Amino acid sequence: MKTTPQKAKNRGYWLTLLPLYIFTLIFVAGPLVYMVVLSFLKRAEGWGVTNQFTLSNYTQILQPVYLATFADSLKLALISTALIVLVGYPFGYFMARLSPKGKQRMTLALMVPFWTNSLIRLYGWIIILRANGPLDQLVMALGLSDKPLKLLYTYPAVVVGMVYALLQFMIFSVYSSAEKMDWSLVEAARDLGASPARAFFTVTLKLTLPGLLSGVILTFIPSMGLFFIADILGGNKVVLVGSLIQDQLIKAHNTPFAAALSVVLMLMTTLMIALYRKISGVKDLEGLV
Amino acid sequence: MSEQILKLEQVAKSFGDTPVLKDIDLEIARGEFITLLGSSGCGKTTTLRIIAGLESPDAGRVVLNGADVTNLPPEKRSVNTVFQNYALFPHMTVAANIGYGLRLRRKSREEIDKKVTELLQLVQLEGFGGRMPSELSGGQRQRVAIARALAVEPQVLLLDEPLGALDLQLRRQMQFELKRLQKQLGLTFIYITHDQEEALNMSDRIAVMRDGRFEQIGTPGQVYDHPRTAYVARFVGSANILRGTVKQTGDSVCIQTPAGCAWAMAEGHTAAVGQTVSLAVRSEHLQFVNEDQEGLAAVIREKTFSGGMLRIILELEGGQTLVASRHGIDMDAQPGQRVRVAWDPQQAVLVEDDEEAGK
Repeated sequence: MKTTPQKAKNRGYWLTLLPLYIFTLIFVAGPLVYMVVLSFLKRAEGWGVTNQFTLSNYTQILQPVYLATFADSLKLALISTALIVLVGYPFGYFMARLSPKGKQRMTLALMVPFWTNSLIRLYGWIIILRANGPLDQLVMALGLSDKPLKLLYTYPAVVVGMVYALLQFMIFSVYSSAEKMDWSLVEAARDLGASPARAFFTVTLKLTLPGLLSGVILTFIPSMGLFFIADILGGNKVVLVGSLIQDQLIKAHNTPFAAALSVVLMLMTTLMIALYRKISGVKDLEGLV
Repeated sequence: MSEQILKLEQVAKSFGDTPVLKDIDLEIARGEFITLLGSSGCGKTTTLRIIAGLESPDAGRVVLNGADVTNLPPEKRSVNTVFQNYALFPHMTVAANIGYGLRLRRKSREEIDKKVTELLQLVQLEGFGGRMPSELSGGQRQRVAIARALAVEPQVLLLDEPLGALDLQLRRQMQFELKRLQKQLGLTFIYITHDQEEALNMSDRIAVMRDGRFEQIGTPGQVYDHPRTAYVARFVGSANILRGTVKQTGDSVCIQTPAGCAWAMAEGHTAAVGQTVSLAVRSEHLQFVNEDQEGLAAVIREKTFSGGMLRIILELEGGQTLVASRHGIDMDAQPGQRVRVAWDPQQAVLVEDDEEAGK
């Protein structure tokens, strides 16, 4: 008798979760399995695949040109993430120190741009970065350079685009960590003899680390795959794995190769995160991973 | 008074347009246990934070051990704080918390370990060094916070309502322990509380604060028996305040009220006949007297029993209210009954009463 209500409660609990599991199965696990299967099949003439098993899609990736693309993607992701940390951490930290009203306004200011389509915002960057555009004129007017920088369709332009697209994830992640922090701990550290810098490194940084680390993951993973930024701001000069996959799928109609590239990209990202978790030694990533 | 360790001179502080401290002066002797007593918002925490260096005053000076420290940051003052919420570092063990200040001072590992062990012993937490703060009870956290502040051997220890979050029984025990610690170390304690009983139990001197000023500074005895103002009389031991005009002076002063003559001791004031004054008398000093003896006519309004004390609320003729208290419940007087109350004039003092005067 005693266990019945408990059991009923458990059953109710599972029932409420069931739709979630079904959804995940259909929309996440299903496509994933489909993609992995595709990557081991032989390409058919023209469109589609045959049902013949092959490893050639994977061996193809080992060609230097494709390996170089993976290396470039990784490099760009690392550079972008590093820049995002440098800008986003202080931003999130100081945002958490604003007055409640200031926090509200800042949150709004950060959110508003995202009510606009990201592609449209990227075209905005084209206007800003193009040769003799507003940025070049500003730089020359300030006397920082005597000729236009012509940043558009260069590597730095892609980095700018990446940082711009992903910065807010870092900001909000650090902000939520810093927001929760008890600032009297910093006062306690100062009181016990720590300089502001020592108090920051021994207390603040340690306690906001989960936010910083989850911010890194939130920016690193997408930056591996945001190919349209590289396409739009980098012209054809910067080719990333994302663009490669898109080309193979849409232009070359090589579905199995595109699937194999996706699987490798996914494994690489997973590996990076595992490595990162091991090195940082942080288990709690603010609910992530 | 022995050697002075800390002095506040004309310290003022405002937050925005709100003045929090209004030119306060305070001198504290080495080894003294002084309590800043007041209700919330009276400026006591701000005073403490200014002494610690966590807040800088708008005007005035803070002198520590003869040196002006007004503009020194907190890390350069040999003053340490036990924070109200303890502020233990959640990512460090108990031992690491206590050793934090020592590590900053680049002490050797052996020295730190030795000191931490000593301090854990002092606050009776042997064997707790490896725990995390989240694994401790409120009372234990409290002790760690004290040990951490003591580790760097401050000249003055500031305690901001350190017992506020503890239950009554633990609070009593910690009061005793804190006092023992302070005696044992011979350290100067500046203690903040809004609990008058705590202040009376522990302090060498009490500074009663109100609206950013010191209302009265004195020993617990002085503050309790000779409150200077009606506020102090009410706040420290909830005294009755009666208003009336001085009718007669001499050995005792008679204050004319509609209910009769209320007597107070003549010492310590300069009230003249005809002046309107306030008198403070504690509830436990009120006596019920027979009809034929001199006393104030009153009606019993209410009788309540709590904490081993019977409280009788009386309404005097003319409308003023008095509270009398007795140990035990053996009083047969009932609400509605007419009585006469009186007290020993030595038990009643004349006080300044700006609250009434302001009205």
